[in-house]
Amino acid sequence: MTEVPLAGYLTLALILFVVGAVGVVIKRNPIVIFMCIELMLNAANLAFLAFAKYHTTPLAPDVPASYTFMNGQMAVIFVMAVAAAEVAIGLGIIMAIFRTREEIDIDEMNLMKG
Amino acid sequence: MNLGDAPLTPAPIVWEPMLPMIIVFVTGVLCMCVEMLRPKQTNNLIVVLSLAGLAVAGALIVLDWTAAVFHQPPSEFFGVRFGGSPEEAGGGLFIHDRFGQSVQLILIASTFITILFSEGYLRERRIPFGEYYPLVLWSAVGGMIMASTRDLMIFFLGLETLSIALYVLAGLNSKEKRSQEAALKYFLLGAFASSFLLFGIALIYGATGTTHILGIPMLMNHASADPTAGKILIGGIAMVLIGFGFKAALVPFHMWTPDVYQGAPTTVTAFMAAGSKAAAFGALVRFVGAITQPELIDAWLPALAIVAVLTMTVGNLIALAQRDAKRIIGYSSIAHAGYLLVAVVAWAHSRGSIGLDTVVYYLGAYSITTIGAFAVLSLTAKAGREGTQLEDYNGLWKRAPFAAAAMIVFMASLAGVPPTGGFVGKLLIFKDALDQDYTWLAIALGINSVLSVFYYLRIVFAVCVDEPDERRSQFAKPNAGMLTAAGACALAVLAMGVFTSAVLQTMGLSLPAESGSASRSVAQKP
Repeated sequence: MTEVPLAGYLTLALILFVVGAVGVVIKRNPIVIFMCIELMLNAANLAFLAFAKYHTTPLAPDVPASYTFMNGQMAVIFVMAVAAAEVAIGLGIIMAIFRTREEIDIDEMNLMKG
Repeated sequence: MNLGDAPLTPAPIVWEPMLPMIIVFVTGVLCMCVEMLRPKQTNNLIVVLSLAGLAVAGALIVLDWTAAVFHQPPSEFFGVRFGGSPEEAGGGLFIHDRFGQSVQLILIASTFITILFSEGYLRERRIPFGEYYPLVLWSAVGGMIMASTRDLMIFFLGLETLSIALYVLAGLNSKEKRSQEAALKYFLLGAFASSFLLFGIALIYGATGTTHILGIPMLMNHASADPTAGKILIGGIAMVLIGFGFKAALVPFHMWTPDVYQGAPTTVTAFMAAGSKAAAFGALVRFVGAITQPELIDAWLPALAIVAVLTMTVGNLIALAQRDAKRIIGYSSIAHAGYLLVAVVAWAHSRGSIGLDTVVYYLGAYSITTIGAFAVLSLTAKAGREGTQLEDYNGLWKRAPFAAAAMIVFMASLAGVPPTGGFVGKLLIFKDALDQDYTWLAIALGINSVLSVFYYLRIVFAVCVDEPDERRSQFAKPNAGMLTAAGACALAVLAMGVFTSAVLQTMGLSLPAESGSASRSVAQKP
């Protein structure tokens, strides 16, 4: 079985990131927007893991390979923890809004402008 | 996967330089415990506790001042060891230097002054929640981490610590629609920016093999490095800079700033405008300092210079049309981010031959001035309501002459009128820009400063000249905390303007002549 090349992983990561970014711009429901942001974070995670997998010969040769390999995989753990904290806060904010407004369309969020 | 080529030996952790952060963090935990043990009671104990914790942390930084290494000139970057070098504690994840300490001190001072005038305001707004204080403290810890690391992952964690606490704080007044709207906008755009930043970090990691930013100069200096790595690196740097742009509110990533500043409770806005901006610029300076290689600098420095001009011009022009005092200061903070960016651009262009004292001085002057201004603006909160339109401030000089006088000092400093800190800060930036042949940036800075005078004058007129409107004006009685905060800020702004050279010398951030051409130290293999 042939392995997936690095370019394959990176292309997928880039597609996920762009889909997420476009979704943030065009969607109106804050929960869907937030899901798109999660998609972008996961794209970054995928890129981290792919780079960690393929760093057999580090591009910066002064850095030991073991350091490189661990660095990327630990980053993903950190990002997942941070994303979980963001979900907790984000859903809390959306709930607070839902209690007073009954609808959460982002286009209705226009009390302040100028 | 083979792990055996270079065994990882954990570097010994040096705790002392990290003590200020740890103290602020533990103070936050203690405040939370007090709130849990005595719920729904007065917050006086929590306030005293947080102020004491911040004072201790600040004193520790001042006592440690001479121990910290001088800011490393860029040539030192090539001699880095990952872990174990004296200035990088915690395995290369924490850097103990004057610049980091200065930004930490600015953050601690900002938090201290914010907490001083918070309790009175929160009571008037009918939101006297004890959770407010631990959240502000933890947010400050996040900012302190951001300013004292060169590892992008740790920086990301610091940023999230700062931001997540601020998302909650922006929506503290959870029954009020404006506060909710501010929290949601801040949260969505903040998370959006974080994902850009993170993807950029992933790309930089892919190119260099480490999340430590000193991997970038190491890669650029290595002759046999893969050429595709350079392309990935440029993409990564661009995305990280976009992420910074959101956090520091640079045009075109500034849209959230005025709405969030207007909707959030005024004390939170004060902390956001000062603390979070200081942290973002501290981290930006660290990042920019590592990418000054000739091959890289052409790719981003011109773009950053244009962003600087756009930021100050757009900020100032839109501020002219605003009617809401908090929004005006919000747009003014965008403009000031543009001025600061000029200082950063000049510093990066000089590759270390001019010091970082301009950036730190301006950050300090700006932070203190802005917090003071918000302390005075918070006076219109009374009996659960708050009006922040300019007309709401009419006649403040009759009700609270001291606060109104302080407001004049703050507006003079923001506009850049001598003898205030803001004036000297702008002068220093102007000098640096001319020094580096950025005449067009210096001219843009000058024009913008003149432009900004108009809207600062409108606030001064509203506060001092117009008569109070009996139906409209409602002012809370200034309490001791608020008066101390405004008075201390006004004094500090004036003192910074009068004793400029003493302040600059104490910071000790400009490079002495001999270290500018420091010989390149031999790269030590880890």
